[in-house]
Amino acid sequence: MVESKVYVVPDLMTPSPVVFDADVCNGCNTCVEVCMADVFIPNPEKGKPPIILHPDECFYGGACVKECPLHDEGAITLVWPLMQRVRWKRKETGQHFRIGMLNPPPPNTRPPV
Amino acid sequence: MSKLIEWPYPIGYGEETEDSADVLVLGAGLAGCFAAISAARKGLKVVLVDKSCTIHSGAAGAGIDHWMNCPANPASKVTPEEYAQTAIERSGGFRNAIPTYITARENYEALLELEKMGMKVRDTEDEFKGADFRDEKTKLLFAYDYENRICIRIWGTGMKRSLYKECQRLGVKLYERTMVTSLLTERGRQGARVVGATGVNTRTGEFYIFKGKASVLCLSSPERLPWIFSEEQQVGPSSRRVLNAGDGHAAAWRAGAELMRMECSGRILWGGPVGIGSIIFGSGSNFASWYPCSIVDANGKEIPWVDADGKPISTISERTHPAPGQGFFNLGQLPGLVPDLAERIKKGEFTPPLYADLPGMPEHERRVIFGLMVGQEGKTWPVYDTYTKAGFDPDKDLLQVYDSGSAPIGWRVMGGGGLTSDWDLKTSLDGLYAAGQQVSGGGNAAGACTTGRYAGKRAAEYAMKVANPVISREQVDREKARVYAPIERNNGIRFKELARGIAKVMQDYCSDTKNEELMNIGLKALSEIREAEASTIYATNPHELMRSLEVLHILTVAEIIIHASLARRASNRWLSFERLDYPEDDPPEWRKWITIKLEDERVKVGELPLDYYGSLKENYEIHSK
Repeated sequence: MVESKVYVVPDLMTPSPVVFDADVCNGCNTCVEVCMADVFIPNPEKGKPPIILHPDECFYGGACVKECPLHDEGAITLVWPLMQRVRWKRKETGQHFRIGMLNPPPPNTRPPV
Repeated sequence: MSKLIEWPYPIGYGEETEDSADVLVLGAGLAGCFAAISAARKGLKVVLVDKSCTIHSGAAGAGIDHWMNCPANPASKVTPEEYAQTAIERSGGFRNAIPTYITARENYEALLELEKMGMKVRDTEDEFKGADFRDEKTKLLFAYDYENRICIRIWGTGMKRSLYKECQRLGVKLYERTMVTSLLTERGRQGARVVGATGVNTRTGEFYIFKGKASVLCLSSPERLPWIFSEEQQVGPSSRRVLNAGDGHAAAWRAGAELMRMECSGRILWGGPVGIGSIIFGSGSNFASWYPCSIVDANGKEIPWVDADGKPISTISERTHPAPGQGFFNLGQLPGLVPDLAERIKKGEFTPPLYADLPGMPEHERRVIFGLMVGQEGKTWPVYDTYTKAGFDPDKDLLQVYDSGSAPIGWRVMGGGGLTSDWDLKTSLDGLYAAGQQVSGGGNAAGACTTGRYAGKRAAEYAMKVANPVISREQVDREKARVYAPIERNNGIRFKELARGIAKVMQDYCSDTKNEELMNIGLKALSEIREAEASTIYATNPHELMRSLEVLHILTVAEIIIHASLARRASNRWLSFERLDYPEDDPPEWRKWITIKLEDERVKVGELPLDYYGSLKENYEIHSK
């Protein structure tokens, strides 16, 4: 029907919904397989993080992050775009914080129910 | 980084795979998985087709925190009949009550099945022992209405995984990353018995021909809306899935199935302008997963609440207990913040910004909102994870409320239009059943599970009685030509521009402002686009081919919406439907359903009485045996 060689170019101008840590990610491609919208494709180089081919189709469902076997080690992090990084205020002190701030407060380690 | 990358999957445009099933299930969301499981439990061969990956596909793929509309649970104080009658009344009668009643009767059974499959539904660790929303006997946790107890809080992020495993255990044959492109009918005739479906692989471009003695259509409602321009506005952190283009509605329409309620759409008021609003349930709020959280202003002054009838209430407990004589709470009939908050802020009574005051809530409420609900609801698992890692502490911190505003004029959201069904959840076509959002009134997660489970059984019973289906090669060839046309071309229009063009037509001619003249121009414009630009759509890889076909399906859905809107010559607040040329609201002669279908490729409008479903209890009991 058509020529069999097909090439694609990743969309680099849309905010990237996830960030890979190339030192931790082992290129297992679990995220590629669980993504509902098929946002990623496997990296042509084995063992490397997937390519974020269609960031504009991501709906931030978080399956890629939740299912990543190396999530706790930081292989993949979900990142909301800048306009959606929320703010909060400590009730007692009035101090302000936000997602993405430099020098964030210490983490709250209480697990969910 | 921005170098050319070779497509990673083998390309096989046009290569055919044929498979056959007793029961063919199209779409593997909650409804589809349950339909497949129901049919497989009867020992039948089941094929399940999904455009995505079953383990996370569908509306619940990212999680669910509420199991709604469950009057049959042991702690409920409402009967299924009371529940369904009230739901019908609260919709002004404009509700297809068949799925409503089936769900009310059976969804607790479906929940117990999910529990058996491994999903957590009870507070087995007794973390909420003594809480007002906990039933001590069953350890079920309830939401919204702690008195009547018909909405259960669940650990639903694992729901799709449980269903996926059960499908595998029962030997359901899965075709994933396979987009359903059409339904096949006997002799290829519109309106004849459905005998199968066609599909295309979204990674390889291969073609599939599925034969089914019975088929269950379980694809999504057209969530990727015909009124909104771009994928980024459609999806993103605040809103919907790009995949939900209405493939099922378009396929059913082309096969000649009858649809209803397609004229119903509403302004997007909830969740903010799609894609540019705030993260749903990831910013301070007092509704849904955050119900009944207190909201305070910049100085810590609490925003007052009113009850479901608009009367002021003062305690937190009154937000979750109906006033005497008020009836049970459900969505749409709940206490909330004072309705004139914006004016009060203007007058200086409250100072923005506002915050969700989790620290001010009782311990159990705070923990259940941020620890359970945020964490289980779709898309909020990453909220819990990321926010706590960034130091957010619900015991100490006020999360800002963002004005999600309303969407720009003209942006609308579909309102529950889908296939008509009888009490077997069979559509107007022989051999075709429908569940979840595919059937009008199919509802939310609990509705999808329950109607899928029910439709799967009925489809299996039908499949056991009928002869092997014969498909029409000519129909398959016609569909193949349609499906692959975009990759045969190398210039023309691409899917994003076409989607925007359709959206503009819908905004201009079939949106908040409607009349005969506007809608006729709209139909003409869509038909011109179909013949000119849409017939030049081209795609360069299988993924783009999927998106292109989706936009062609959006075009079909847009046409159906305008046809249905032209057919209802009356305004109707229950359907959020306003006609400039017929301004009288809900006149008695228009208290009926408009149905719409294709017959010999011509649009045929029909009607059904509002209560065409008859006696709920009697009909259910006859058909559910």
